[in-house]
Amino acid sequence: MCEYFVSGFDVFKVRFIMEIYKRDVGAVVDKAQPKRVDGLSKILGTAVYVDDIELNDVIYATTLRTASAGGVVEEIFFDPALDWSEFIIVTAKDIPGLNAVKLLENDQPVLVDRVFRHAGEALVLLGHSEPDMLKKALSHIRVHEVPLAHPVFDIDEALSAENKIIPGNVYSDYLLEKGDVDKSFDEIECFIDARFITPSQEQLYIEPQGMIAILQNDGVLRIDGSMQCPYYVLDALEQCTGLSKDLLRVVQTTTGGAFGGKEDYPSVIACHAALLAIKAGGKPVKLVYERGEDMRVTPKRHPSRTMLRLGANRAGELQFIDMDFAIDGGAYRTLSPVVLSRGVIHAPGPYFCKNIRVRGRAIATNHPPFGAFRGFGAPQSIFALEVAMDQLAAKLAMDPAEFRRKNLLRSGDVSPTGDILQNDCFAQDALEEALRVSQYYERQAEFKHWNKQNNGTVRGIGLATFAHGAGFTGNGELYLASRVLLQAHGNGQVEILCSNTEMGQGAATTLVQIAADALQLPMDKIHLAQTDTTRVPNSGPTVASRTCMVVGELVERAANLLLQKLMTEGGLSKLYSVDEFADACLRMQESKKDLLVSASYQPPAQMLWDENKFTGRAYSSFAWAAYIAEVEIDKLTYETRILNFTAVQEIGHAVHPQIVQGQIEGGVVQGIGYALYENVLWNDVGVMANDRLTNYIIPTTADIGPIQVVLMEKGLGAGPKGAKGVGELPMDGPAPAIVNAIQQALKMNIDQIPVMPELLMKLACSERVSQ
Amino acid sequence: MVEWVRPQRVGEAISLLSKMPLDHYQIISGGTDVMVTQRLSMHQKNRDWLDLSAIPDLKEIEVHDKGIRIGAGVTLSALRRHPQVQKFWPMLAASAAVTGAAPIQNRATLGGNLCNASPAADNAPVLLAYGASLEIAGQQGSRIMDYAAFHVAYRKTALAAAELLVAVHIPYPPDKSVSLYRKVGTRAAQAIAKVGVAACFQIDAAKTIVQARFGIASVAAIPCSLPTVSHYLQGKKIKQIDAAIVRKGITHDIAPVDDIRSSAEYRLETTSRLIWDAIQHVE
Amino acid sequence: MKVSMQINGQKMQVQAKPDSRLLDVLRDELGLKGTKEGCGEGECGACAVLVNGQVLNSCLLPLGQMDNADIVTIEGLPSDSPLVASFHACFAAQCGICTPGMMMAATALLSEYPQPTLEEIREGLSGNLCRCTGYGRIYEAVLQAATGVTHG
Ligand SMILES: Cc1cc2nc3c(=O)[nH]c(=O)nc-3n(C[C@H](O)[C@H](O)[C@H](O)COP(=O)(O)OP(=O)(O)OC[C@H]3O[C@@H](n4cnc5c(N)ncnc54)[C@H](O)[C@@H]3O)c2cc1C
Ligand code: FES
Ligand code: FES
Repeated sequence: MCEYFVSGFDVFKVRFIMEIYKRDVGAVVDKAQPKRVDGLSKILGTAVYVDDIELNDVIYATTLRTASAGGVVEEIFFDPALDWSEFIIVTAKDIPGLNAVKLLENDQPVLVDRVFRHAGEALVLLGHSEPDMLKKALSHIRVHEVPLAHPVFDIDEALSAENKIIPGNVYSDYLLEKGDVDKSFDEIECFIDARFITPSQEQLYIEPQGMIAILQNDGVLRIDGSMQCPYYVLDALEQCTGLSKDLLRVVQTTTGGAFGGKEDYPSVIACHAALLAIKAGGKPVKLVYERGEDMRVTPKRHPSRTMLRLGANRAGELQFIDMDFAIDGGAYRTLSPVVLSRGVIHAPGPYFCKNIRVRGRAIATNHPPFGAFRGFGAPQSIFALEVAMDQLAAKLAMDPAEFRRKNLLRSGDVSPTGDILQNDCFAQDALEEALRVSQYYERQAEFKHWNKQNNGTVRGIGLATFAHGAGFTGNGELYLASRVLLQAHGNGQVEILCSNTEMGQGAATTLVQIAADALQLPMDKIHLAQTDTTRVPNSGPTVASRTCMVVGELVERAANLLLQKLMTEGGLSKLYSVDEFADACLRMQESKKDLLVSASYQPPAQMLWDENKFTGRAYSSFAWAAYIAEVEIDKLTYETRILNFTAVQEIGHAVHPQIVQGQIEGGVVQGIGYALYENVLWNDVGVMANDRLTNYIIPTTADIGPIQVVLMEKGLGAGPKGAKGVGELPMDGPAPAIVNAIQQALKMNIDQIPVMPELLMKLACSERVSQ
Repeated sequence: MVEWVRPQRVGEAISLLSKMPLDHYQIISGGTDVMVTQRLSMHQKNRDWLDLSAIPDLKEIEVHDKGIRIGAGVTLSALRRHPQVQKFWPMLAASAAVTGAAPIQNRATLGGNLCNASPAADNAPVLLAYGASLEIAGQQGSRIMDYAAFHVAYRKTALAAAELLVAVHIPYPPDKSVSLYRKVGTRAAQAIAKVGVAACFQIDAAKTIVQARFGIASVAAIPCSLPTVSHYLQGKKIKQIDAAIVRKGITHDIAPVDDIRSSAEYRLETTSRLIWDAIQHVE
Repeated sequence: MKVSMQINGQKMQVQAKPDSRLLDVLRDELGLKGTKEGCGEGECGACAVLVNGQVLNSCLLPLGQMDNADIVTIEGLPSDSPLVASFHACFAAQCGICTPGMMMAATALLSEYPQPTLEEIREGLSGNLCRCTGYGRIYEAVLQAATGVTHG
């Protein structure tokens, strides 16, 4: 007899559901789902990423960085034993323009001159034709730093610290207020008071960041690289090199994932590469980060801490939401005010509540600056609210679904920002649909039964209901004043010219599809031009899911203008074939008429938003969602596994359902990582300590079963055919849904992520002691 | 210019090693550890390489009447797929199957996993629990040592200069035995162990524990066993075992620390729970 | 050091330092840029290639061990591989940086399990990280390549 056990769970016990469920719009079932325009080149490995570009006579580059968490650089000492004449060396003194990274404020230097605020700030740039020589050179430079005496890395410590990085250590301080929280607190029947923590999160695009710069013979400085926002890079280069824009050219290479991580930092790398290129005598300079450097220095999701009081009456109606929400902005302002504003707007959730107070602050610390990551501040505040909702429901002895049902916004309600909701409000619908497709109540009963038996695990089901605004907030689109061009050619081909980038999310396919739909042409007649700032107009940054919605709408409008033009000037008839379209183009070309049309952003009629008071209509559309997680926790080790995951999302109109599904699945898995595994740890100078893929843990296939995605299309969004942004929501929902499921399974309150087994073990043991 | 030598026989490798000063050669087998450490070290040492991957002897698995002899160069994917390993030493098939993922297992060798001497090595606990021994070749020929004596300090083995690990010997588990293996990592695949526990109990007809052997990963400077607990359990009936004494024994025998992957507290608690769970399985 | 290899069916000789990584040899010496570097330490699988039929991470392979090896990279994937069509049809590539490695791992998986279960797929691809897709489209693509049946 030889018995053998491998205990633990059956990781793969997952229902296999791969369908897109559609309800309201019958016609979409046979909606065209063209293949990705960039699909084959990526599958066959022929797509060219920045590291793949063939270069002759290339100069490799590296960056010497500050070692202390802030301080003063007294001296940089180059060891004379090394022949430095072979190297290209750039320090702050070599910057022809302004030594500041162009963003909201010019507080961050491109290269440290003397004073610096965090460890890992760029100090010296080195270029050489041999990468090995760069390694050697780094060990021959000595930097005399006088470190800051008391660096701060914690939000509340930064607030109370004696020596501040900036006045008050507060970059931004916002207040969203509705009703009277203090008054309602006096009359409250049931409330909770909790403090929630979320960690930083690394985007972990699989392609590390990198740029190639070359000063061409014609005096143009050209930058090629992995990026989200070519015009941000162009503006930064203009400011730092002092060159005028007509001498600068920024070209996006195939981008291997971004998720927000390639929104602002590419400007820094581009400036660095450009400064070296200016001294490189026409040779191309290649500055591509290795994984470790990318993880240590590029911006990640803001850590947050939230103090939250939530009150309801016995009937389960929310009476007040009182939140003190703070995010760690790191050592420079960068995008923190914007991230904070998104966090504050989304903090009260999709609920009707008369009394709301959200104070939001972005705090300065000596961490490297934090930046954009899918969700942009909202996952942090939504996590706190949604977990607190379940804790309050438990206190009221009410089912979490029922508690939400009572409080979710309905058409006609006044939103947290004082806007009256019109028809485009589907919070309730999303919830009911999620409950139905996940068989919520049946599963809940099954799990109750399971947990009573003597199994090695306990199970729980949890949900999160939330909404996310699509596009830029409030008047943001107005300032962007985006513009899109369509260029038709004599052969009947049409080119879309815009600055929005494909980084995996499917923008290239979706924009081409929108144009093809509007022009009634097959997709192979349309082509998205490479994002090259010398050719494409500024159609705004590729962020906040605005590409399909806002830019897509511009493309659609431009396409209609093009048709009008061809009909009035080119003799195109109302009904036309592909060939007739081409003929009309040719006639136009031959008679020297121009085939270029442009469309610019026009604000919708009733968009009134007060940025200072946080009142009015924050977004032209919100997308609505309800996510449900089913989890299993090992009673011995407290490891958690996801059994099933259901994502129901009302997205207006799915331009391309399969691309949307892929976006949602991808985001959900990042959210699962955020909930369970991903934890940026810091070393004693405030730099990411787990800077390798062996210790920063993201989900693998073994962790992830199929995810049930349900798209609801109500057609009321501001985008083409009523489309709304989809990209952010998948990041908002998973963490609270999972934590709520764990809370239910273990009957304990959890107030932070990631929910590592260490945390659960500690909570369970301390609970046992206190009993 | 570094040199790359690729001997075909163990003897050849030993004589190369013995002719050169200690540390002249960087020994490489599957390279899954060496290639990573090489890249991480800022100052490249430029050592010559001694590559064991072309020695056919090291790749052999031989099952005989006393047990199994596994060449040090056998890959983990060969191990996990080997029918007799699966049948008689299922814990080893399991530990090999959870070491890294497919591209790692196809290259990583059992010998490399042991000689790399990480306290987290996934195959170490199982070999301790099975009572494995090692065949080590040196200038004077080969010697056999208990695997339990192989790890002497953090990342230090009992291998002397110019010695190589040649094979791992594992006896058949005793007739009446119960074994249990469990790895706890942060995620379900390709995760370094926070805790790895292997236990093997020999019991008699009266359900008395004749012998209990354990191996634990990631709870001390080296992969370790639980001598105090083994001693206590010997001759006990399951009903007589006192949980508090077992726990005390574990606390005595292991020395977990806080690190980037887990906490000392979690490691101790989880080890205790898994060992207790293993004991319950004996019934 | 001079090393002979068969790369994508062609005999080749490469002259390079013996401890060069196969990844660098493929990309820089032979211009085969389809094999990507995501981490350089064996964790992500973006650099995966087939060596003698097995999937291995080329960032961990020193050239010195590659003498007489039979290597297949994404560029050498048979053009009739059902994975090409199924990855395309299922939208299994988003940013695409993980895709070549994923294709190689899936090729090895299908040669061991021509009709894999979902569990076998999940186990077999667990050395290949993808940050974009959440893996769902990839499971479907591999299943579709194996069965020729569309699930979605
Ligand atoms: C991505 C990744 C994931 C991993 N996951 C895990 C994991 O989950 N669990 C785990 O335990 N390990 C893991 N490892 C570590 C590694 O794969 C194993 O330790 C592997 O078994 C080492 O075998 P190798 O043949 O590759 O060793 P090598 O790298 O070739 O050698 C390792 C060491 O042993 C020495 N050596 C090798 N063979 C001999 C011999 N015969 N005699 C004397 N000395 C010798 C070498 O000099 C070197 O010091 C992982 C590694 C990577 C890169
Ligand atoms: S680059 Fe080889 S595994 Fe990541
Ligand atoms: S498609 Fe982007 S990492 Fe897989």
